[in-house]
Amino acid sequence: MGEDTDTRKINHSFLRDHSYVTEADIISTVEFNHTGELLATGDKGGRVVIFQREPESKNAPHSQGEYDVYSTFQSHEPEFDYLKSLEIEEKINKIKWLPQQNAAHSLLSTNDKTIKLWKITERDKRPEGYNLKDEEGKLKDLSTVTSLQVPVLKPMDLMVEVSPRRVFANGHTYHINSISVNSDCETYMSADDLRINLWHLAITDRSFNIVDIKPANMEDLTEVITASEFHPHHCNLFVYSSSKGSLRLCDMRAAALCDKHSKLFEEPEDPSNRSFFSEIISSVSDVKFSHSGRYMLTRDYLTVKVWDLNMEARPVETYQVHDYLRSKLCSLYENDCIFDKFECAWNGSDSVIMTGAYNNFFRMFDRNTKRDVTLEASRESSKPRAVLKPRRVCVGGKRRRDDISVDSLDFTKKILHTAWHPAENIIAIAATNNLYIFQDKVNSEMH
Amino acid sequence: MECALDAQSLISISLRKIHSSRTQRGGIKLHKNLLVSYVLRNARQLYLSERYAELYRRQQQQQQQQQQQPPHHQHQHLAYAAPGMPASAADFGPLQLGGGGDAEAREPAARAAPQAAAAASPPASPAPASSPGFYRGAYPAPSDFGVHCSSQTTVLDLDTHVVTTVENGYLHQDCCASAHCLCCGQGAPGPGLASAAGCKRKYYPGQEEDDDDEEDAGDLGAEPPGGAPFAPCKRARFEDFCPDSSPDASNISNLISIFGSGFSGLVSRQPDSSEQPPPLNGQLCAKQALASLGAWTRAIVAF
Repeated sequence: MGEDTDTRKINHSFLRDHSYVTEADIISTVEFNHTGELLATGDKGGRVVIFQREPESKNAPHSQGEYDVYSTFQSHEPEFDYLKSLEIEEKINKIKWLPQQNAAHSLLSTNDKTIKLWKITERDKRPEGYNLKDEEGKLKDLSTVTSLQVPVLKPMDLMVEVSPRRVFANGHTYHINSISVNSDCETYMSADDLRINLWHLAITDRSFNIVDIKPANMEDLTEVITASEFHPHHCNLFVYSSSKGSLRLCDMRAAALCDKHSKLFEEPEDPSNRSFFSEIISSVSDVKFSHSGRYMLTRDYLTVKVWDLNMEARPVETYQVHDYLRSKLCSLYENDCIFDKFECAWNGSDSVIMTGAYNNFFRMFDRNTKRDVTLEASRESSKPRAVLKPRRVCVGGKRRRDDISVDSLDFTKKILHTAWHPAENIIAIAATNNLYIFQDKVNSEMH
Repeated sequence: MECALDAQSLISISLRKIHSSRTQRGGIKLHKNLLVSYVLRNARQLYLSERYAELYRRQQQQQQQQQQQPPHHQHQHLAYAAPGMPASAADFGPLQLGGGGDAEAREPAARAAPQAAAAASPPASPAPASSPGFYRGAYPAPSDFGVHCSSQTTVLDLDTHVVTTVENGYLHQDCCASAHCLCCGQGAPGPGLASAAGCKRKYYPGQEEDDDDEEDAGDLGAEPPGGAPFAPCKRARFEDFCPDSSPDASNISNLISIFGSGFSGLVSRQPDSSEQPPPLNGQLCAKQALASLGAWTRAIVAF
């Protein structure tokens, strides 16, 4: 697997100037593994690129744990469903790492229809000194062999091998939007618009359907599943979000089919905010449990909300991501931006939440201090090792020098996918076809 | 970056999105189409409620005018204005509901017309150029001096065999002199199609025809609006105000009826705001339009 064909650059190296963006290079998902040592990205072309953090070396104190390309492979190819005359996109919708159980790393990657389990192994030694073969592999002339030797393992250049170990196919009629590995490390679930299936990691020809919200008559359809996730500690609990803005917590111990939720988290709509597009902007695009397992984070078009598992009536915290877009919904509907699905992320200590926005902006909200910041991921505004400058969108009134006005926001530059290192203040931001990795050097430890 | 929050333009944009989603890679995105259908429903509710509010307002105006002006407007055709009109099946004379009668005269006219229409309309044969699924017997009113003529449009839904009558406000070309003229949709089913003069419309070049041809919504008739009697009036009127929108408007209204509101969750959520109770006829028609058969999901799933 060639690593040199990757054209993506990360911000601490010199960036090439691309005047165009190949659609296949657009990053569609970003995910750290459980230790944060590896970072996987998937793109629209069906490729997965894995970055590895270099160990901090005393020789070069400046390159403290920077990420370099570790492996690149083609995960999914475009397919054609002949029965329905539909092309199945190869775009990687989600990547989820499995907890590491031996020297190998494993991850699940999925497109609209098929989930694949990939095993990533390293080879840094090779046996030398065969009796029957020489170094090139040709058979030796036996007359030249005078003594026997035991082959020894000699170090070699590191080679990363990726192989597909399982293919979980034909489980979904509709488009898969999320996958989540259970804390039991044996099962995982995959969710499409109307159904959620439970798989065993070792079994590919069967899956259990645990949620089915397809109505008997499709004309009665009012909502779809938009995201789902297992609880980080309780292997029987999972949550799924709907296009109506509600969350349903389900307990797999209660019944085989979890159509009846254990808890329903829903906030009543504010009637003063009612518009043509109320249904669209209330649709939840992402849901994430906190690391503690006590809270859930949801993202809808204009806000991020923190929900307490113990309170179903309303979120405990609501943060406005870009409320200045509320008056622009009609234009955003016309150019399809209102359908953008932004993701959200917790930091390791659940004290800060992060989500993306337009114009390559992303936002962070500190839950304790209630302060928030807007930063930009772009080459122009961030030289390597420079400190990111907070940005501001002005909505009229006083305008400061570096403010951006709402009308000059670039809606083609959207940050949909972000990820936060599980332990440190390192974030990965996907801006179209570029991956930015920012490290908080000043506050390396979480507080 | 503001766009006109016109219900009609939203509807046309939404329909275009649904149409283009059929050809995009990866197949129909159920989630996105569901959201677009919500916008369509909201826009249509607003549009219909606006329409009926307008009709009601005009009815009120006419009633006031009739009370103010003693009947000196002589109508040239007296078919249905007088109380106790004959419910004759063959009597298709033009119906004058504007001036010339008092308020009371209109009531029996309004009530009797459906009977006449019901008796008159052969249930199973659609007029050649009428909108799909509906049979329209329309009674154009002759001109009058500066008075907005209103006529009744009786609609028979071939699917449900429900006959409803709505009063269409429309402006005959002869009395187009009024400053505030309202266009009335002829190709439309029951509710008709009205929009304020000078509204912005997006031209939607015939894509709905393709939609309709391929739709799974039953027999679809031709697109062109209006029966013969309306065509001349309509052209003149539309040219005055919205030159490009005539095929657009009728196509949109046809698709409104076709797409209906297929999700019962949508249908059951009636609009909260009922500003004024629309006239009885209008209410019948509104309910019918809102509860019309949902080809919507069929349309989406059938792609």
